[in-house]
Amino acid sequence: MRLNIDRITALAVLAPSVILLAIFVYGFIGQTFYIATTNWQGLGAVEISSVGLQNFERLFAGSGLPFFRFREALVNTVVFTVLFIAACLSLGLFLAILLDQRIRAETLFRTIFLFPMALSFVVTGTVWRWLFSPRSGLNTLPTLFGGAPLPPDQWAWFTDRRQLVTFTWADASRIVVILIILGLFAFAAIAALRRRPVQALIAGMIGLSLVGWFFLGGAFETLGNVVRPAHGVNLAMFSIVIAATWQMSGYTMAMYLAALRGIPEELREAARVDGCNELQVYRYVVLPLLQPITLSAMIILGHISLKIFDLIYVMAGGDNLRVDVPGIHMYLTAFRGNNFALGAAIAVIMLLLVAFVIVPYLINAFRTEVKR
Amino acid sequence: MLKRFLSLAIVFVLGFALVGSVAAQGGGKLEIFSWWAGDEGPALEALIKLYNQKHTGVEVINATVTGGAGVAARAVLKTRMLGGNPPDSFQVHAGQELTGTWVVANRMEPLTELFRSEGWLDKFPKDLIDLITYNGEIWTVPVNIHRSNVMWYVPAKLQEWGVEVPKTWDEFLAVCPKLKDRGVTPLAMGENWTAVHLFENVLLAQLGVEGYRNLFAGKLSWEDGSVKAAWALFDKILNCTNPDAASLSWQQANDLVIEGKAAFYVMGDWAAGYMTTTKGLKPGEGYGYAPSPGTAGVFNMLSDSFGLPKGAPNRENALNWLRLVGSVEGQDTFNPLKGSIPARIDADVKNPNLYNSYLQSAAADFASNALVGSLMHGAAAPEAFLNDFQTVVSVFIATRDVDLAASASQALAEATAVR
Repeated sequence: MRLNIDRITALAVLAPSVILLAIFVYGFIGQTFYIATTNWQGLGAVEISSVGLQNFERLFAGSGLPFFRFREALVNTVVFTVLFIAACLSLGLFLAILLDQRIRAETLFRTIFLFPMALSFVVTGTVWRWLFSPRSGLNTLPTLFGGAPLPPDQWAWFTDRRQLVTFTWADASRIVVILIILGLFAFAAIAALRRRPVQALIAGMIGLSLVGWFFLGGAFETLGNVVRPAHGVNLAMFSIVIAATWQMSGYTMAMYLAALRGIPEELREAARVDGCNELQVYRYVVLPLLQPITLSAMIILGHISLKIFDLIYVMAGGDNLRVDVPGIHMYLTAFRGNNFALGAAIAVIMLLLVAFVIVPYLINAFRTEVKR
Repeated sequence: MLKRFLSLAIVFVLGFALVGSVAAQGGGKLEIFSWWAGDEGPALEALIKLYNQKHTGVEVINATVTGGAGVAARAVLKTRMLGGNPPDSFQVHAGQELTGTWVVANRMEPLTELFRSEGWLDKFPKDLIDLITYNGEIWTVPVNIHRSNVMWYVPAKLQEWGVEVPKTWDEFLAVCPKLKDRGVTPLAMGENWTAVHLFENVLLAQLGVEGYRNLFAGKLSWEDGSVKAAWALFDKILNCTNPDAASLSWQQANDLVIEGKAAFYVMGDWAAGYMTTTKGLKPGEGYGYAPSPGTAGVFNMLSDSFGLPKGAPNRENALNWLRLVGSVEGQDTFNPLKGSIPARIDADVKNPNLYNSYLQSAAADFASNALVGSLMHGAAAPEAFLNDFQTVVSVFIATRDVDLAASASQALAEATAVR
C-alpha cells in the first residue's frame, strides 16, 4: 500500500466523483432519513423537531385516509412488480426463442421489439392513455369489423375501480408476518441440515421471538388494526402492466437472445444425441443456462417497477387511487401538500424496498468479481 | 442549517434545470413566475408588453412552468423560495393557497401600503379584500376573477331531449334517468380534480352560503349531518356521471357536452373561454350557462393574483408590476384575453368590444351576488388540506363510504387548520 505516482493519480482522478457522490447521493440520502424523523411541514423558517419514527408508524398503522392511500399504493406496487416482471420475462423469453430460430429478417424484428425501449415512459404513458381511453381507444376496435364498440363501463382499463381479490391491511400484515416466521424457520431447518448450527440458532431464535411477539404478545390483534376500506388487486393496474411490458419486454428479449447465442451448439447437439426432443433441450439445457440472465433482468426490472412514477402519472393522472404508487404519493405529499417530513418517510420506504432488491445482487456480484 | 442545505440541493436539482434565468441580480430586470402557457399565455404576454411600454429598459423574464394545472409550477416555486432564490413576483390563487402556504411562513411582504397609496381599498369588492387580508394586512394584488359554480350545456340539445336546466340537484336527479335512457350521460366529469370541483359546488348547494363559510372557518364540523348529506347527494350525482371520467381532461369532458354525448357539465368559467375561443361557439347560442344547481345568487369565486415575496431581487420593478396588475388598464388588457372578469369593480366590463356576453353576465353576478371562495382553486382551504382532500374524494369515488369521508375530512381540517 505504498503511495506511488500511479496511486496518487488514481486517487486524484477518483476524488471529484467520490466527493460529489458522497455529498449529492449519500449525503442527501442521510438528509432524507433525518427529515423523515421530523415534523417538517410548510415553508416557514420555523424550528423543526424530531418525532422519532412517528411518520413511519402513521404510514403503516395510521387511520387517516392519506395513510390508507400510502398502503393502497404499496399494495399496488407489489402487484405491479410481480405482474410486470413475470410478463416481461415470459414475453421476452418467448420472443428471444422465436428470434433464435434463425428466421429471415431477424434484425428487423429485433429492432422492432427493442424500439419501444428507446422511448421515455412519458411518451409511452401518453400513447397508452390514448389507447386505453375507454371511449375512444382500443374499445372502438370492433367497429373496424362492423361490430359495436366495447362498453366503456365494462372495459374501463386504467379507470376501472373494481378489485379482484380484496383484503384488509390487517390481513395483509398478518400474512406477511406469518410468511416471515415460516421463512425464518425454513432457513433454520436448512441450516441445521447443512450442519451450520450458528446460523440455524440465530434464525430459530428470531423466528421464536417473532412468534412470541406476534401471537403471545397480542400483536396479532393490534397489528395494522385499520379496518376500512379494503385493499386488493386492482383491475386498473393491469393496463399499466400492459403499457410497461410493451416498453420493457424488448429489453429482456435482447438479454435472453444474447444469452441464447452464447450457448454453444455442441451442448444442444449432445442433448439431442442423448435422446432429448426439442422441448426437453430447452427444459434441461437451455433454460438452466439462462438463469443468471433471469436474475439480472429481475433486478433491473424490479428496481424500475418499485420506483415507477412517470408512466402512471402521465397515463392515469396523479389522484387515481386504484393505480396509485408510492412515488406519486411522495411527490404530491411533499410538493403539493407541503408535508415534507411525511414525503421523506415515503421516500425512505421506497429506498429500503429497492435496497432489498439491489443490495443482495450487489453483494453477489462483488463476491463473484473477487473470486475472479 | 441542515434544512437550508437540503433546500439548496433541491434548488440545484430542480431549479437549475427548469429555470435558466435564475439569479437575475441587479438592474433592469423583472422575473414573473406563473403557470400560464398555451391558451393562457397571450394574456400574460399582453400584460408584459404593456409593462414594457411603461417601463422601457426593463428586461422582463417570463418564467413559466407548465404541467399539472399549476402543480408542477408550485413545486418549482417552493424549491426556489426555500433555496432563497425567489422570483420578483409570482402567480398565486388569492386566499388560503397564498395565506396558508406563504404568508404564515413569513415569506411575503404586506401590500397594504401599496393598496392605500394607489387608492385601491374601495376599488375591489369587500369580500375579496377580506380574502386577501390576514392579520390585518393585505398580501396580494388580484388580477382576475373566475367563477367555479357554473353549469354548462348546449341549448339546442336540451330542446331536442326535452330537458330543462335543473335549478336544484333534486331536479337534476329527476331528469337523470330520462337522459340515461336516451343514452346520454347526464353529467360530464373528468379526472379527479374535476370531481373535487363538482363536490365543492354540491357542498355549496347543500350548506348554503353561511354553512359553506362556517365549514371552512372551522365553525361547522365536517361530520355534521348537513355535510354528510352533501356526501350522500354527491354519491347519487356520481351515479349520473360518465364511468370513464378518470381518463378525461377537463377539456375532453367539456367536449362530451359540445358533442351531445353528455347533457350538463359543472366547471369553472375558463370553460367559456375554451368554448368561445378554441371551439368557436357563441355564448348563449352555441353553449348555455346557469349557476350550478342550488347555487343561484351565489358567486363561488377564485382569483389569480400576484404577490411580492420577501427578498425579491428587483423589488422596485416588482412594485411597478403590481401597480400595473392592479390598475384598470392592466386588468382590461389581461382579462378579455384570459377569458375572466376583472377583480376591480370600476373596470370597463360593460364594453362589448372587450367582454363577451358571458363575461358581462358573470361581472353582473359578481357585483350583486354573495361571494364565497373556491375549495379546489386555493381560496377556501390551505394546500395541505386540499392535497389530502383530493385523496378523500378519490377514496370516496371508489368506496362511496359517507361516514369514512366525513370523519376523514374532519381529521384533515383539524390537522391542517390555519388560524
